[in-house]
Amino acid sequence: MLRLEPRQQASSTMRWLTPILAVAITMFMGGLLFAAMGKNPFEAIRIIFLDPFFHETFGPYSRSQLMVKAGPLILIATGLSIGFRAGVWNIGAEGQFVMGAIAGGAVGLALHPADGFWVLPLMTVVGAIGGMAWAMIPALLRIKFNTNEILVSLMLVYVAYNFLAAMVTGPLKNPDGFGFPESRSFTSVDSTHLPMIYEPLGMHAGVLVALGIVIAAYVMMERHLLGFQIRLTGESPRAAKFAGVNPAFIVAVCLGISGALAGMAGLFEVTGPAGKLTTNFPVGYGFTAIIVAFLGRLNPIGIVLAGLLMALTYIGGELAQLSLGIPAAAISVFQGMMLFFLLAVDVFVNYRLVWKKEVK
Amino acid sequence: MDFSTLNPVALIASLIMAATPILLAAIGELVVEKSGVLNLGVEGMMIIGAIAGFAISVETDSPWLGMLAAVLAGASLALIFGFLTQFLLSNQVATGLALTLFGLGLAALLGQSYSGMKPPSSLRLDIPVLSDLPIVGEMLFRHDFMVYFSLLIVVGVWFFLNRTRAGLVLRAVGENHNAAHSLGYNVVMIRMGAIAFGGACAGLGGAYVSLIRVPQWTEGMTAGAGWIALAIVVFASWKPWRVILGAYLFGGVTILQLNLQALGIGISAAYLSMTPYLITIIVMVIMSADRRRASLNAPASLGQIFHASH
Repeated sequence: MLRLEPRQQASSTMRWLTPILAVAITMFMGGLLFAAMGKNPFEAIRIIFLDPFFHETFGPYSRSQLMVKAGPLILIATGLSIGFRAGVWNIGAEGQFVMGAIAGGAVGLALHPADGFWVLPLMTVVGAIGGMAWAMIPALLRIKFNTNEILVSLMLVYVAYNFLAAMVTGPLKNPDGFGFPESRSFTSVDSTHLPMIYEPLGMHAGVLVALGIVIAAYVMMERHLLGFQIRLTGESPRAAKFAGVNPAFIVAVCLGISGALAGMAGLFEVTGPAGKLTTNFPVGYGFTAIIVAFLGRLNPIGIVLAGLLMALTYIGGELAQLSLGIPAAAISVFQGMMLFFLLAVDVFVNYRLVWKKEVK
Repeated sequence: MDFSTLNPVALIASLIMAATPILLAAIGELVVEKSGVLNLGVEGMMIIGAIAGFAISVETDSPWLGMLAAVLAGASLALIFGFLTQFLLSNQVATGLALTLFGLGLAALLGQSYSGMKPPSSLRLDIPVLSDLPIVGEMLFRHDFMVYFSLLIVVGVWFFLNRTRAGLVLRAVGENHNAAHSLGYNVVMIRMGAIAFGGACAGLGGAYVSLIRVPQWTEGMTAGAGWIALAIVVFASWKPWRVILGAYLFGGVTILQLNLQALGIGISAAYLSMTPYLITIIVMVIMSADRRRASLNAPASLGQIFHASH
């Protein structure tokens, strides 16, 4: 009989092998899915994973989208991973993303058409504060009333969606927009337009900030006392308590950081790729980032790779939609599968499969 | 503003319709959590139930077969979760989230050719004699079959958990899986059963949304109902009859804000649409504030991984 036997020590080989294995299984199962839809599976997989880099006509544009899409995913996932390692489950990053964009965007609109290099940094700071404030609601409720932060942060996503709708039809509506439910364009004014640093890879200023934050997060988690306390809280809450770690403080820090980073990502999105606030502004980065965080092993460097991979599936998915007519929904199935398979094969990190005779 | 257009009888009737899908999903999740498993994939199972029920009803022209398909679809998705968490020992929070993300994508994919269609007419059940009563008849006894069935399930779950030996075993597994294991109960299989039941109920709740409440298919139409069902289990502090209270309270808030939107009371519709979610948060806070009472009824092994060493 096959059974699982706990390993003495978690396998470090498996720890980096399982994400690769999960991607491989997803490609295989995704191929079956595409075949079931009557598409050529090999062609579909090639279009999704290779064409964004190598296609003659679409390649250049696709490559320029890679960082644009990966940036927000990496930024949000880095924040989420810190909380996940402490056992603080912020799954409302989507809401914090929206609120950051609204808060930072409102500052930009209030100053319109101010000129000055300080406008965008100010908006970024306010965007981060907006996201952080939204995340502090579940944090405070958890600390004060022991309310489940998973459900509260998720409920607040729907509140944020509606708040966005209220804003773009009300106070933040473009006064010269003929009544359309959208804000002024941020990209048409230089001071509120996120600068592009390296066009061919879509590296805008926000991506640069994201990469800087990844390094900061790595240093904090691996080299700083706070990082140690966060990891300790996740691995053994009781031990952390005896070591003098204040659990309320950890909850506040984890939700605060992840909210701030999600808010910042929202601001970068609205001042760059999206260009303006509309009700279609949120496209689910906050949820996809959860997959990115796990696929990247809750580790900053892994998250960069996972973010790029996930961005690739978005871009390749669009190409597959164009050339094969594979619907966009198939790509979200694909992304969901990836998390499923990762969680499934992860068992081999802590357990090994052994063949044992039945003992009677 | 003219409140006289609000018809209290019709309000209560529509409140019951708004509450039923959440009631179904919540009572299923209650059983799952009582067995010590936290499945956060309710939203995913509901939306799969919604599209499976809708598609099969349209194809076969039978709402009954649609409901059956929704039950099977919800349960099969739940069994994926069960396999991962019970056999492959994956983290329940992460797996539940994966289930929701996967379910939303799969439902959108399956539902592509079904948007804008009309499902076959619903399963209306006018209870004889009682439905002819003035006021009360229209309010309570002229609903579809599923409304009564959902209440029946709640009664059944209450009876099962509190009055049968199997229910006692299920609760024991949820309280202390190691003790239950050493008494010879098969913890994993009992939990798989509970998970499948939870998925079936969530699927049925989803089908109620797409076949009866709306009735139409649109992408992401459950709009957080699954998450609200999870919150209602907390609100109910794991007591079946209080799930009814929670679901109907939520239904009341939903219907009230929808009617206020229609009346145009000068508050933006977007702000009114927030209220069901805000009320859910407030209710959860009230319930969890008293730590002793909140933890009194919570299954002690909730969310913990069980691995039998021998």
